[in-house]
Amino acid sequence: MRLALVADSEAYPRFVGERDAPRTAGETLALRSLNKMTKAENILEQAKSFRSEIGGDLHDKLTEAVYTDASAIAARAVSNENQTNNFHLDQTLDRILTSRLYGFPLMILMLTVVLWLTIAGANVPSAMLGEFLQGTVFNALHSLANALSAPWWLSGFLIDGVYLATAWVISVMLPPMAIFFPLFTLLEDLGYLPRVAFNLDRLFKRAGAHGKQSLSMMMGYGCNAAGVVSTRIIDSPRERLIAIITNNFSICNGRFPTMILVGTIFIGATAPPALASFIAASSVAAVAILGIVFTLLVSAFLSKTLLKGEASSFTLELPPYRPPQIWQTLYRSIIDRTLIVLKRAVWMAAPAGAVIWLISNIFIGGESVASHLIAFLNPFGLLIGLNGVILLAYVVAIPANEIVVPTILMLTLNLAKSTLAQNGVMSGLEDDVQIREILTGIGGWTLLTGINLMLFSLLHNPCSTTIWTIWKETKSLKWTAVSTLLPVILGILVCFTTATFVRLFGLI
Amino acid sequence: MSVALANDCGGCATGCNTAQLTRLGIKSDGFDYIIALAGNPNTGKSTIFNKLTGLHQHVGNWAGKTVARAEGAFNLNNKKFKIVDLPGTYSLLSTSVDEEIARDFVLFGKPDVTIVVADATRLERNLNLVLQILEITDRVVVAVNLMDEAKRNDLTVDERALSRDLGVPVIPMTARRGEGVNELLNAVEKVAGGGYAARPHRIKYSDEKIENAVQTLAKQLNETFENLPNARWVALRLLEGDESIIRAVREQTLGNLKQSRGFPQLVQLEV
Repeated sequence: MRLALVADSEAYPRFVGERDAPRTAGETLALRSLNKMTKAENILEQAKSFRSEIGGDLHDKLTEAVYTDASAIAARAVSNENQTNNFHLDQTLDRILTSRLYGFPLMILMLTVVLWLTIAGANVPSAMLGEFLQGTVFNALHSLANALSAPWWLSGFLIDGVYLATAWVISVMLPPMAIFFPLFTLLEDLGYLPRVAFNLDRLFKRAGAHGKQSLSMMMGYGCNAAGVVSTRIIDSPRERLIAIITNNFSICNGRFPTMILVGTIFIGATAPPALASFIAASSVAAVAILGIVFTLLVSAFLSKTLLKGEASSFTLELPPYRPPQIWQTLYRSIIDRTLIVLKRAVWMAAPAGAVIWLISNIFIGGESVASHLIAFLNPFGLLIGLNGVILLAYVVAIPANEIVVPTILMLTLNLAKSTLAQNGVMSGLEDDVQIREILTGIGGWTLLTGINLMLFSLLHNPCSTTIWTIWKETKSLKWTAVSTLLPVILGILVCFTTATFVRLFGLI
Repeated sequence: MSVALANDCGGCATGCNTAQLTRLGIKSDGFDYIIALAGNPNTGKSTIFNKLTGLHQHVGNWAGKTVARAEGAFNLNNKKFKIVDLPGTYSLLSTSVDEEIARDFVLFGKPDVTIVVADATRLERNLNLVLQILEITDRVVVAVNLMDEAKRNDLTVDERALSRDLGVPVIPMTARRGEGVNELLNAVEKVAGGGYAARPHRIKYSDEKIENAVQTLAKQLNETFENLPNARWVALRLLEGDESIIRAVREQTLGNLKQSRGFPQLVQLEV
């Protein structure tokens, strides 16, 4: 049991869940406890009378005593030989990076450059991995199955279902992650993230939220579940709840690859080839910034309605810029982060692949279960500028956002198996061009579908791990439900708005 | 999987005298000693934690990276040490969850040694936390980290003067380069085994009323709760009207907590 959380039970109504143990222990030792209890009450009474005797400035006096001693000891131990101050470089950098004029443009530039390096760098390895995993290995597995004369349902389930979903997750996610994570971690190690937090602090304050929310938001870019846990640094329960609810607007690891792929094949592809990856990166950066805008808007909305209150102030330390330990950073972000996230994605993709294959191959009344579901979701999907396949994919992908793209591709392909067979494409989708052709040709996607998928990827329910974490951190059904449903509702509204706008003006 | 230090101490500037160190990663059950790692945010606690355990807790260059506790272990001269990396805090007097986790562990987890990591370039501010921890326990080793940055800024830290003033061992370190790790281990071993006679610095309160009240309450607390980690400190919190401590005294969780060592595992998500 944790003692200190018992503090201010009025102020922490939802966060205290571990208070019962002492009471039951007290029952078993009733007599001894009673004796102790009176003694304890005596001590508390006495403390109370001492307190009024000493007066209210005790805390200040204690703090002052600590500071006085610390200052004296430090003065004896530390000497500055040359009386120089080498903090100049740090200060100059800070003046530029956190200036009102350059702070935000530099932030946006930095984000775009990181994403551009990711997209430009991941292109070739992604295509190579795709060709190998979805081409060579996939065909070899089918030949092997044929040679063993395995029944169609077994090879279908294992190769077209479990294997293909896994292969797609790897080829879509591995290259961008292996580039994006080290770059992001290098920025973090340099000490840039606290400067971003400093820049954003003003905005969070205006939104009635805690400035430390910018830090938990940063953590959310790694993983929303980790972001939700990191809101523990916020002491006010009101502001902490706001930070928890809005953490989902930070695009996590699992969602970046989706955005990068869709940004590349739908938005980058509309630009001349030389500019394609830059335009694609800008579109992803724009959605990420839109996420920050939504974080601020929703925080402001909550602090004016459900969670009223003033923003509290805090001290944010700007750490010194430190030269990053490049090899260690590479090792950690590739081995620890990339492989762990990839492992999770593969673990989720394999069963999802099985589910997709099953619902595509179990027929009810002449149509597969998947077709029924997609037909059911399609009208609503099209209304909000998406389609039934995408909505079904988001249901299948509740355990992990990583598998959205593979799910969409497999469902689209399974729906149009006959068409594909005519074209001689079996697994298809070895590179971005093929993916684009399949989605537009067979899936009937337009630029609007691509844009709205990026928006919906930003604005939808958190993954099941995050929902579970929110429940564990808040112990409140109500706030868990709000955190889960609010983003989906927002996503539907935003997608409906863009779709209606585009249709009204006949833009696409 | 354990990794012997001798395998990768190429960068070690001080010569290897602790080849007996075996890093045990997260296998932290059945330990002889428990060590807490405390300090201000961004002073290198996680770096030291990783050096000692062989784990790869990501080290962030910003305050608030570690919000939950991380646990690990190492073997030194046939004794098993469990080490707990606490969230970074500026003081032990606040109410946010991360500061409470740190405070509770130092106060009630009864670590055999608390390593307080201090930033050599900001020593005065870091000493505030050191002094507050010394009020709670005298089994402390102060690691003055980031000595390389201090040097770059032309600052020299006289660790012997510091050790004399604080009354506990003080080890200068540059943890990211592995400098001072062996000295830290020697000091930890000495303090854990009771081989160091600490004369911890105590903050004096010039106000006689405060001193009297603290003494009276501390005496009664010691009579009511056996083995109270530090009655003087609890008395001060009662005088301050610290709600959590008042409730702990009333519900006798002070007494309950001191019997159980350690706390339930908290969620640990590191990205």
